[in-house]
Amino acid sequence: MKNSWDKLIQGIREKDIRAMARLITRVENREDGWKTAMTEIYPLTGKARVFGITGSPGAGKSTLTCEIARELADRGHTVGIIAVDPSSPFSGGALLGDRLRMQQIFTIKEIYIRSMATRGMLGGLCQAARDVIRIMDAFGKDVILIETVGVGQDEIEIVKTADRVMVVCIPGMGDGIQAIKAGVMEIADLYVINKADKPGADEVEADIQAMLSLSSDLECVAPPVLQTSALKKQGILELVSALLENPADTKKQKVKEEIRIKEEILSLMEREVFRQVRSVWENEGSLLDSVSQVMQKTSDPYTIVKQMLLNHKHR
Amino acid sequence: MNQKRKIRVLVAKPGLDGHERGAHVVAYGLRDAGFEVIYTGLRQTTEQIVNAAIQEDVDVIGLSILSGAHVSLTRKVLDELKNQKAEDIMVIVGGIVPSEDIRDLKEMGVREVFTAGTPISAISDFIESAIPAD
Repeated sequence: MKNSWDKLIQGIREKDIRAMARLITRVENREDGWKTAMTEIYPLTGKARVFGITGSPGAGKSTLTCEIARELADRGHTVGIIAVDPSSPFSGGALLGDRLRMQQIFTIKEIYIRSMATRGMLGGLCQAARDVIRIMDAFGKDVILIETVGVGQDEIEIVKTADRVMVVCIPGMGDGIQAIKAGVMEIADLYVINKADKPGADEVEADIQAMLSLSSDLECVAPPVLQTSALKKQGILELVSALLENPADTKKQKVKEEIRIKEEILSLMEREVFRQVRSVWENEGSLLDSVSQVMQKTSDPYTIVKQMLLNHKHR
Repeated sequence: MNQKRKIRVLVAKPGLDGHERGAHVVAYGLRDAGFEVIYTGLRQTTEQIVNAAIQEDVDVIGLSILSGAHVSLTRKVLDELKNQKAEDIMVIVGGIVPSEDIRDLKEMGVREVFTAGTPISAISDFIESAIPAD
């Protein structure tokens, strides 16, 4: 039984959860027609607020996401959650376990949870995540939470697609911010020290504040630092209120949006050009020829790429 | 660019049953066989399982049941799937299941039952052959 794209898009207009789930699968699988479908979905989007949640493994991101979603639903919001976990580079399979920490919200009607594997798509995950956000947005989810482990470039890129990013730290990990410092600390619009019922939370907060005080951007408003315990449901109300607060710096938001749109156009273009060049190359069989040329040492990869691009230009 | 369609499997433990070793072994095994496995953990209600399966758009629900209540729990899951118009999602069962119950489960609509000692490859091969590759 094949569901047509049109039927699925009509389905999300009618708030059919199965239609949304199917649509996400097909777009994520990059089935033929996905770009046309996204073009049709695009005008339905733009209403949702998107929050990224990242931090080191074991920081309690999923539990925190669960509590945030519950609080948002209590306040009358409809919530979409995208929980990203890595695919195995060996088997291509994935064990998606974020739901394990979200059991209590499975049956809340306003909340839709979708687990997503990284699928080893170089840079492609980011676009797939954007597409999933848009589908949820078009469906009518007004807040979307995207949760990823804060290690690896791809994961950092994903949370950058969010309007606001929350970095989750925990006490008792060396000097607190060591584990996630590279590339992650800079993207935070909000810091959360989770598991704050454990000793050492104040020290982590002091570390973060100290780091923020070193910022070279003097005009920049320092991001808030909050303490929570997701398990004990402490600090969640304050956190959700802080998330929903309108960003003080609208100019900065606009710059961020410009960067985001530019990056998306460039990455779509990059993949499209690559796909076209590659398909021509593969169909003509010249890729195999090129490989054997290099193996026989009659050419080298640099020359081959240069020639290939020249040939492509003259087509 | 069209990659092979990923098969998504939900591994769930319904009812009051705290033994999740088997479910873990199956979940890891299926991941290693290249599936995307969503594991939802212990003591799930029927509604939780079916909602998760629908939201995740899985191809297969794998129920792990060692409590002896496999017939009634599975029936509830199948009923809830029908109720939510999602009976096209394939259900398989794993656990300690006597052979006469296997017959009953299959009559109810369970596609296959895997008892203790089944190699993971038997489960992954079954899923791969049962799910159309389109």
